[in-house]
Amino acid sequence: MSTLTATAQAPSTTAVRPAYRVTGRRVLASEWAKLWSLRSTWITLGLGLLFLIAFGLIAASRYKSGIGSGHMDRDFASSTAVSLSLFGTNFAQLALGVLGVLVTAGEYSTGMIRSTLAAVPRRLPVLWSKAAVFGLVALITGTFGVFVAFLFGSRIVSGTPAAMDFSHAGVVRSLLGAGLYLGLVAVIGAALGALLRSVAGGISVLVATLMLIPGLVSLLPSSWRDDISPYLPSNAGESMFALTHDATSLSPGAGLLVFLGWTALALAGAAYRLMRSDV
Amino acid sequence: MIEARQLTKRYGEKTAVDGLDFVVKPGTVTGFLGPNGAGKSTTMRMVVGLDTPTGGSVTVNGRHYAQHRAPLQEVGALLEAKSIHPGRSAYNHLRALAMTHGIPRRRVDEVIELAGLGSVAKKRAGAFSLGMGQRLGIAAALLGDPQTVMLDEPVNGLDPEGVLWIRNLLTSLAEEGRTVFVSSHLMSEVALVADHLIVVGRGRLLADTTVRDLVREAGGDTVQVATQDPARLRDVLAGPGVDVTGRIGSEELRVTGLTAREIGLKAAEHGIALFELSTRQVSLEEAFMDLTRDAVEYHGSAPGTETVESLGRPA
Repeated sequence: MSTLTATAQAPSTTAVRPAYRVTGRRVLASEWAKLWSLRSTWITLGLGLLFLIAFGLIAASRYKSGIGSGHMDRDFASSTAVSLSLFGTNFAQLALGVLGVLVTAGEYSTGMIRSTLAAVPRRLPVLWSKAAVFGLVALITGTFGVFVAFLFGSRIVSGTPAAMDFSHAGVVRSLLGAGLYLGLVAVIGAALGALLRSVAGGISVLVATLMLIPGLVSLLPSSWRDDISPYLPSNAGESMFALTHDATSLSPGAGLLVFLGWTALALAGAAYRLMRSDV
Repeated sequence: MIEARQLTKRYGEKTAVDGLDFVVKPGTVTGFLGPNGAGKSTTMRMVVGLDTPTGGSVTVNGRHYAQHRAPLQEVGALLEAKSIHPGRSAYNHLRALAMTHGIPRRRVDEVIELAGLGSVAKKRAGAFSLGMGQRLGIAAALLGDPQTVMLDEPVNGLDPEGVLWIRNLLTSLAEEGRTVFVSSHLMSEVALVADHLIVVGRGRLLADTTVRDLVREAGGDTVQVATQDPARLRDVLAGPGVDVTGRIGSEELRVTGLTAREIGLKAAEHGIALFELSTRQVSLEEAFMDLTRDAVEYHGSAPGTETVESLGRPA
């Protein structure tokens, strides 16, 4: 009897300790909670949505009033309800991409990353979870935004040459493509933030990739330019949601593949740095 | 249990941690002492895998930290006060960390109460004072009910009440059988709670000892005696393990190896008059300074500034 009581008392804390364990799903849930517990998430997502819808509607209204007056930019005159509704994509991609950078680089600038990686010392699950959680949120936000923009934008331009509705060939594909593009831009933002570990650096590279490099490439000799240009992240991404495609651009499927390739490259770089560098 | 074997960390030319070997055992508080820049924080970061050692290894309860299924249950660490996102509330911060391990909400509430953060838990952590931030860091360290608690300079920025709270916390954690490893550059602070001491300087191990032994090695307890007849008293006190020093012609002697009580009794026995009899303890601070004198990273540069100066008030 005495030995029994002795053994019952001996293992002090170990016996009654609950069995905690880190799992992929739990890391995912943790990153989800982290995302929504910051005010900047709500603000930036709201801003992204506002850009998408408001700029789409403004573009549609400008087109409508321009048609009436007769003098209009030729490019603008050849717009469709889809291209007008997606006018805000350019701005929304910045908001979502920047938030992506903040999701990862923000942890480095604040020191939060030390807490995060002490809890998940295997590290990679953190990166995958961040990319998945925020990519999905941006995808849903983006898709919702472009559908709303088209819903109202197409009503504004109904009765003009640009008029289209959901039943038109390629419209739904374009809108889904735009949502997917925004989701992937968010993932690229998160990857750049984790790769560069700096909010300013991440945002700079993101803006350069999406907006400046296409301009620089146009300085190249035209024979090179036509070979390189379609494969740039911004142009490949644009092919995902453009309604019409010509010889100088990729098909939506090819555009998606190339853009996925860029996303994977950014994520691979981020994963490498995460595993190799001290925090 | 933390075990370091030949643990080394180099940053380019600079060696921050240089072949450290030590074991931190459960059930006691182990103090990790050294001047600023001695490599204490780097060592602690390597324990939880934030920094990768250049050479050697460090394990926690027999495994590398990252190989544990529930790392927060093995080691709870307070590294730097600012390991939080200032925009998140204390509650949400702890809750997010808890979620990675499946730690229930109840435990989050428990550590918030334990750290005395109940009234500010829903406020943004960015608005916290240094002391509150430190309490939040300690709450996070205790979240997983860890076997080993490792705290880097925990009393930094705490008010006297907070300092006392930390002392009691550390002692009670050790009494529960946990491994408690706490760093400081202040000997006086560590001596109050620690039984065991690991002293480092410039990344090297200077001593792996107990508080008692450190004092003894640094000269032990000295008794100062003033007497009418120093020459006779010397003869009376002489014996194995007893050391008596004093200047010729002076009435004062310094005796080690005997207690004041023993000296007084012997003097009375031989009818020698004493004017003064007092125990002078070598302070831990002095012992520590002796040990680390050569290893201080940044000596005061002004002429005439003693090393004591730069050690006593580290920046």
